[in-house]
Amino acid sequence: MTTQKERIVIIGAGMAGGRIVEEILKRDDTRFEISIIGAEPCATYDRIQLSPVLAGEKTFDQIVTHSQDWYDSNGVKTHFGYWVQSIETAAKHVVLHDGQTIAYDKLILATGSDPIRLPLPGSDLHGVVAFRDLLDVDLMTQAANNGGEAVVIGGGLLGLEAAYGLAKRGMKSTVIHLVDVLMERQLDEAAGRLLEKALLDRGVISVLNAQSEAILGETHVEGLKLKDGRVIPASLLVMAVGIHPHVEPAKSSGLVVERGIVVDDQMRTSDPNIFAIGECAQHRGQCYGLVAPIWDMCRTLADVLTEKNVDSSYAGTQMATRLKVSGVDLYSAGRFSGGEGCEDIVFRDPGRGVYKRIVIKDDKLVGTVLFGEAADGGWYFDLMKKGEDIAPIRDTLIFGQAVTNALAGQDPSDAIAAWPDDTEVCGCNGVSKGQVVASIASGNDTLDKVRGHCKASASCGSCTGIVESLLKCTLGDSFKAQTGPKPVCKCTEHGHAHVRKAIIEQELKTLPDVMQALKWTTPDGCSSCRPALNYYLLCAWPREYKDDPRSRFVNERNHANIQKDGTYSVVPRMWGGLTSAKELRAIADVVDKFNVPMVKVTGGQRLDLFGVKKEDLPAVWADLNAAGMVSGHAYAKALRTVKTCVGSEWCRFGTQDSTGLGVKLEQATWGSYMPHKFKMAVSGCPRNCAEATIKDFGVVCVDSGYELHVGGNAGIHLRGTDLLAKVATEQEALEWGKAFVQLYREDAWYLERTAPWIERVGLQFVKDRLAEPEMRAALVARFLESQAVYQVDPWAEHAPKSEPAKVFSPLADLREGFTQPEPAE
Amino acid sequence: MNANVMINWTDVGAAIEVAPQSARRVETVMGAIAVFRTVADEYYAVFDKCPHKGGPLSEGIVHGRAIACPLHNWSISLESGEALGADAGKGCTPTVPLKIADGRILLGLNF
Ligand code: SRM
Ligand SMILES: Cc1cc2nc3c(=O)[nH]c(=O)nc-3n(C[C@H](O)[C@H](O)[C@H](O)COP(=O)(O)OP(=O)(O)OC[C@H]3O[C@@H](n4cnc5c(N)ncnc54)[C@H](O)[C@@H]3O)c2cc1C
Ligand code: SF4
Ligand code: FES
Repeated sequence: MTTQKERIVIIGAGMAGGRIVEEILKRDDTRFEISIIGAEPCATYDRIQLSPVLAGEKTFDQIVTHSQDWYDSNGVKTHFGYWVQSIETAAKHVVLHDGQTIAYDKLILATGSDPIRLPLPGSDLHGVVAFRDLLDVDLMTQAANNGGEAVVIGGGLLGLEAAYGLAKRGMKSTVIHLVDVLMERQLDEAAGRLLEKALLDRGVISVLNAQSEAILGETHVEGLKLKDGRVIPASLLVMAVGIHPHVEPAKSSGLVVERGIVVDDQMRTSDPNIFAIGECAQHRGQCYGLVAPIWDMCRTLADVLTEKNVDSSYAGTQMATRLKVSGVDLYSAGRFSGGEGCEDIVFRDPGRGVYKRIVIKDDKLVGTVLFGEAADGGWYFDLMKKGEDIAPIRDTLIFGQAVTNALAGQDPSDAIAAWPDDTEVCGCNGVSKGQVVASIASGNDTLDKVRGHCKASASCGSCTGIVESLLKCTLGDSFKAQTGPKPVCKCTEHGHAHVRKAIIEQELKTLPDVMQALKWTTPDGCSSCRPALNYYLLCAWPREYKDDPRSRFVNERNHANIQKDGTYSVVPRMWGGLTSAKELRAIADVVDKFNVPMVKVTGGQRLDLFGVKKEDLPAVWADLNAAGMVSGHAYAKALRTVKTCVGSEWCRFGTQDSTGLGVKLEQATWGSYMPHKFKMAVSGCPRNCAEATIKDFGVVCVDSGYELHVGGNAGIHLRGTDLLAKVATEQEALEWGKAFVQLYREDAWYLERTAPWIERVGLQFVKDRLAEPEMRAALVARFLESQAVYQVDPWAEHAPKSEPAKVFSPLADLREGFTQPEPAE
Repeated sequence: MNANVMINWTDVGAAIEVAPQSARRVETVMGAIAVFRTVADEYYAVFDKCPHKGGPLSEGIVHGRAIACPLHNWSISLESGEALGADAGKGCTPTVPLKIADGRILLGLNF
């Protein structure tokens, strides 16, 4: 005889539906026969992660939380792609859209919410979508593939994430928001402004105080008309103006429904056999729109159903929000805008775009808004939830946990170590400190492994810092980050080596990212670190990083050497010291045309035009370009000159074509930015007329081939080269030259020339890397990759009439004969 | 500033013409003025002449509310015009009143 198991039926296979199955099975995996019905045609996924999927930062497979396999292997019956039409409470079964019925003993409603659609004229046109499920993301992705303009109505969390994702997919993206602060329900005005700017940097335009009037178009959306008459063109229109609980079929089945399905503290509806969890539920008058409450609700309901803890009760959840827009750190929790009896503590650092506000009432933390630096969000939130007395730490509270604990004589990781095991670490996935520590102890010794194993920090990422601290204190010193000895500058404690390593390992790809990740102490660095970081970034990410002229010294920004009177000198390249009548004529013409006061032959075998006015630079370059000449980079931390002698072509002692090899070396390496300037020379015989043994890379030709020399310097401290190798062919000499340049580019510190670099790392280090053919080839390949981007003539880019040339002339001229523009009020 | 001096607010261009972390020059009969915009979008104006040896400050690297002179790397405060850090007390560049109205840059000139 078989006894019928108790049947639990769940309507809705979303985040609450999937989670409740898991919580029940965790407590009792034999007692129930569980069926789950979901209208979406797929298994359960992490809805929160639709934003990164839209932005192309994750794939759908990566966000599935409970797969079909998972349900199958746990003996759960699934009906995906089915819609529950009605609930017959007397008969205790549900009716699906195809007419089949499924009987239950206990029924759980987890039907979530529906997006609100504004009843605007035109809202039924093609190309008008919401942002709620996978289908919406598919529609948006398809639209984005055709390019065009996206308009998102609603500047809340969802709307901004949609707009960001669409901008990332290449659409022109505009957010329309009714009031004058973005995310006004979570942010105060100051943080809202910072957010607006951060979004603009990511290609999202915000139109505030704007009321939508009508969606325009014939069959497909073409634009959005605002009340003030403005029309914004759009090929895709996303409505993200809010959600309302999905209360069907509960309502028509006679359950008590107000805004949501009304439940008690044990998630029970007005029918004792029916429960509701997630966004469809209304508990103590409140409906939620975030996941944190779902985990609490599911725990309580599972306790009750399995009778593991019949007194378990749900008391509501405080919530925190984090925006999932890459690179924008934004966190808000509780009452941020203060009110009666509340005090504010505000910290701003506009330079770094950091804004923090904490709200205190009766010595308790009641709210916080963090922008730009939100690592302490979880800590504040925990203080809030626990209602901790913050009077003793009030002075330092705003500076965050690390400072507060350090000043209280406590190591911040010690503080986390002392947390009770049940402290919640990851709100998104409901993981406690004890679970994280257990996961680490079972062998998950990196952040990624912990994420994969217990899901902590795998969703919004706000608890990453805490999980890292737990890794540190569980694994001990082996996890401690290393810091270089001599700081780059006074803005940081880190040395060059550490910074270069972090840029690569942490995939830092912008200056603000580096400063943020490595905790720079100044808003935007200084004139020492900015050029260094700019170089490190362009060296590490030649394709992705966009060179920042504002972090370059004047000479590299203006592509000429500044002189003491504010004029410039201009040095065109003369390959290997060769020139022609045509080039000389063009130079002579430039000298006449622009009244250049002096022309000098430099020590680097080329001509230098001194005393050129800044506003004339673009025109001078254009004339030189026209004669086929490009910038000589005499001003840059880059390849300067390749000095040659006449070699075998003319000289009676010449052993090889030194001139030809010099020209080839210069053509291969010009345009390449380096830690410091870099000079080369090729001499045709050991008489060494090109002075190759005092160059960064020098070649001395001999009968049997080419001697390659490195690390020479004739500047402040004279240093002769070291012999690196001897090769037989010109081809090899070129290959070694490129590989050496790349090794120097990747390893030396900014403003360290090859001579001090080799003194520091040792010649053997260089030999080891270059002698190995595979490593040498890999260095050459990376060098060529960088050259593909950087081997461009900066002069040609700034030719007159092209846009950037404007910055070479004054903003205004108020001297005689100049008519002023109409003054503003 | 002395309240009796009549300030003549002169429009020298649109605020967006000066990119963040950079400067533009305004030529005047009294010498060039450098208009700066910081990373936090604050605007300042000072005479475009370093107190050290006259370097064009508008060509320096803007960092925080300071400018590093392009010639010998003195750091000059954009708020006060004073040399900062190691060179503090060695010199000062005159500052120029500036305000932004309706997206335009207005310089307070009394000449
Ligand atoms: C123009 C030139 C002098 C000349 O009239 O011949 C020159 C001019 C300057 N040199 Fe030089 N150097 C010039 C060849 C040299 C040479 C000789 C050579 O390249 O064969 C050396 C010694 C070789 C070497 O570099 O090892 C040389 C060693 C220096 C140094 C010391 C570098 C060092 O590592 O110790 C500096 C200072 C620095 O770079 O920090 C320097 C810095 C400068 C600067 C850039 C100073 C400055 O920051 O304004 C001068 C810029 C003038 C201008 O506006 O063009 N110059 N300088 C030469 C330009 C070569 C070219 O065609 O690009
Ligand atoms: C793009 C996006 C980003 C978000 N980001 C965050 C965030 O960063 N942080 C955060 O806390 N929250 C975020 N949220 C909100 C979070 O996803 C929701 O709070 C959560 O998904 C609610 O879970 P739920 O199970 O109640 O509803 P849902 O996950 O929506 O699941 C309900 C399911 O029930 C199904 N259903 C409804 N009616 C029936 C029926 N009659 N028959 C069968 N099936 C039915 C629906 O099709 C749906 O699959 C985000 C939401 C979106 C859309
Ligand atoms: S040696 Fe070089 S740096 Fe010195 S004055 Fe001559 S050109 Fe200038
Ligand atoms: S002129 Fe400015 S630092 Fe020398």
